[in-house]
Amino acid sequence: MKINASSKNVLLVIVLALMLPLVLQNFGNAWVRIADMALLYTLLALGLNIVVGYAGLLDLGYVAFFAVGAYMYALLSSPHLIDTFPAIAAMFPEGMHMPLWLIIPVGAGLAGLFGMLLGAPTLKLRGDYLAIVTLGFGEIIRVFMNNLDQPVNITNGPKGIDMIDSIHFFGFSLSKRLTIGEFDIPSVTLYYYLFLVLVLLSVLVSHRLENSRIGRAWMAIREDEIAAKAMGLNTRNLKLMAFGMGATFGGVSGAMFAGFQGFVSPESFSLMESVMIVAMVVLGGLGHLPGVILGAVLLSALPEVLRYIAGPLQEMTDGRLDAAILRQLLIALAMIVVMLLRPRGLWPAPEHGKNLRKSHK
Amino acid sequence: MDILLQQIINGLVLGSMYALVALGYTMVYGIINLINFAHGEVLMVGALTSWSVIGMMRDSMPWAPGWVILLLATLIACVVAASLNFTIEKVAYRPLRNSPKLSTLITAIGMSILLQTVAMIIWKPNYKAYPALLPTDPIAIGGAVITPTQIMILGVTAISLAVLMWLVNATRLGRAMRATAENPRVAALMGVKPDMVISATFIIGAVLAAIAGVMFASNYGTAQHAMGFIPGLKAFTAAVFGGIGNLSGAVVGGILLGLIESIGSGYLGQLTGGVLGSQYTDILAFIVLIIILTLRPSGLMGERVADRA
Repeated sequence: MKINASSKNVLLVIVLALMLPLVLQNFGNAWVRIADMALLYTLLALGLNIVVGYAGLLDLGYVAFFAVGAYMYALLSSPHLIDTFPAIAAMFPEGMHMPLWLIIPVGAGLAGLFGMLLGAPTLKLRGDYLAIVTLGFGEIIRVFMNNLDQPVNITNGPKGIDMIDSIHFFGFSLSKRLTIGEFDIPSVTLYYYLFLVLVLLSVLVSHRLENSRIGRAWMAIREDEIAAKAMGLNTRNLKLMAFGMGATFGGVSGAMFAGFQGFVSPESFSLMESVMIVAMVVLGGLGHLPGVILGAVLLSALPEVLRYIAGPLQEMTDGRLDAAILRQLLIALAMIVVMLLRPRGLWPAPEHGKNLRKSHK
Repeated sequence: MDILLQQIINGLVLGSMYALVALGYTMVYGIINLINFAHGEVLMVGALTSWSVIGMMRDSMPWAPGWVILLLATLIACVVAASLNFTIEKVAYRPLRNSPKLSTLITAIGMSILLQTVAMIIWKPNYKAYPALLPTDPIAIGGAVITPTQIMILGVTAISLAVLMWLVNATRLGRAMRATAENPRVAALMGVKPDMVISATFIIGAVLAAIAGVMFASNYGTAQHAMGFIPGLKAFTAAVFGGIGNLSGAVVGGILLGLIESIGSGYLGQLTGGVLGSQYTDILAFIVLIIILTLRPSGLMGERVADRA
């Protein structure tokens, strides 16, 4: 009975999500773009949720995997490498163009590898030390992206890489509008559906993981690492797996981001972005999928919506309070106020054994 | 050789500033186990407040000598920063003291963004030229030079450290702080008021951060709303480097980090044959941190602490 009710809700949300862009696109493509970005952030938040929410490893450098995915796609699907290295140009006379069905596994795999590489030295560290080291890794990757334009120009430095192919598969490109009969679907809406499919897939994977042997082991580590070890869990491998699995989501999201924007630069992968993703996960409800999705959508979409209201405010305050500042102000306030009022997030996971504890007191 | 000496001087100056900020992090962490992400912003507020005060005082009393203005501005900055940090703790951290650790951390990050944004609204986002109030002629020592501002920084740091050590080791308040850091519950049973001790810790940390903020601004000649974040991050790195929760560790970590950064940025290009230039200075701190923590997870001078559930 209960399962029926919840799967009905899930179905309802999916149907609403499917219809959303068709409504939004009447108000202009900018609104659909906001929804697209919200989905990409949801993907990131779902990935980080595996690391922070399930395994309890606070990762403040998660944006590094987003960056790895984005740069992977940017390098493999733009003229940049071919222009810089004659050898590569000779290998790919028609230029490099990666189709979707190749990007997703490669992006996921590469980011997962990075996740495990970065996770390996941090295995011994306790919570806060881990936070600061992961933060350091995030910065290191960003600084390298910023400076790897010399001696060999790989990332094109702070200028970033442009002219990235839009996402395409089986000869079908998402950059052109699709016309089916009388319906005319703009490119942003096509991206929306692609991202939605990826998000749904990730939710499914996360949900299955949560209830699997691995997921339960992660949660045991989160609650008490020493006890988990004593129960015979291989905490080292499990933690590495959490880092790797979490990173794959980030890599895919990054590749999608690069294809969607057509341009990447180190600026998109600042520490602030990492903080934002952590905030999404924690604000929504750590380790609880509906909460995480809620947090991601709220934090990514609401400030964008506010941008449209900020115009008059800017005139009133003599230009001191523009849209970007207002956005930052609101995010900061939201983080503080939500945590003060609901320390376990907006939509937290039901606590196991809470009734027991209450009666005990 | 002269270059090395010069880099050592610069490193000591930078390191002593890091040390002051790191002390604030380490004291707060020692007592309530919180990475106070907003600490760097307290430094920024201190620097910008002193900038405003200096501007006003130069207009109202142009006869006053530079060091008097700087001293008064620093004092006012300390008061403002201390009341700010006191309020932050009371409003944002105190209600969360018994909540999951992560939610306090998120609040602290939110507070850091909030302070930066509010500072941007109050002081506008442009870089402000921070006036040089001390003589600017460098003094030569054995082939290297040191400016009066740098001497002031070293001197002020030494005095602040001495005062802090006296405060922590020889006063009633210091004993209460050490007791609370060791075991808050038992300390409370012995008659220590934890709330009072925690407030005092935040106030002391803020004063040190404000002093560091004024020094950062005078040393680099600029101040801006985002100036606190990176120094804050590096100071935290320094605190972890030395072993977080340990006061002398924070000082040693800060000074070592300053030396590593300064010497590293001077020689990185030569060492790697020009592949990695000084633009990688900012990540040196993190690389050092990662190496230290993998080899010695509790920092240079930290004691091994058992995991608390």
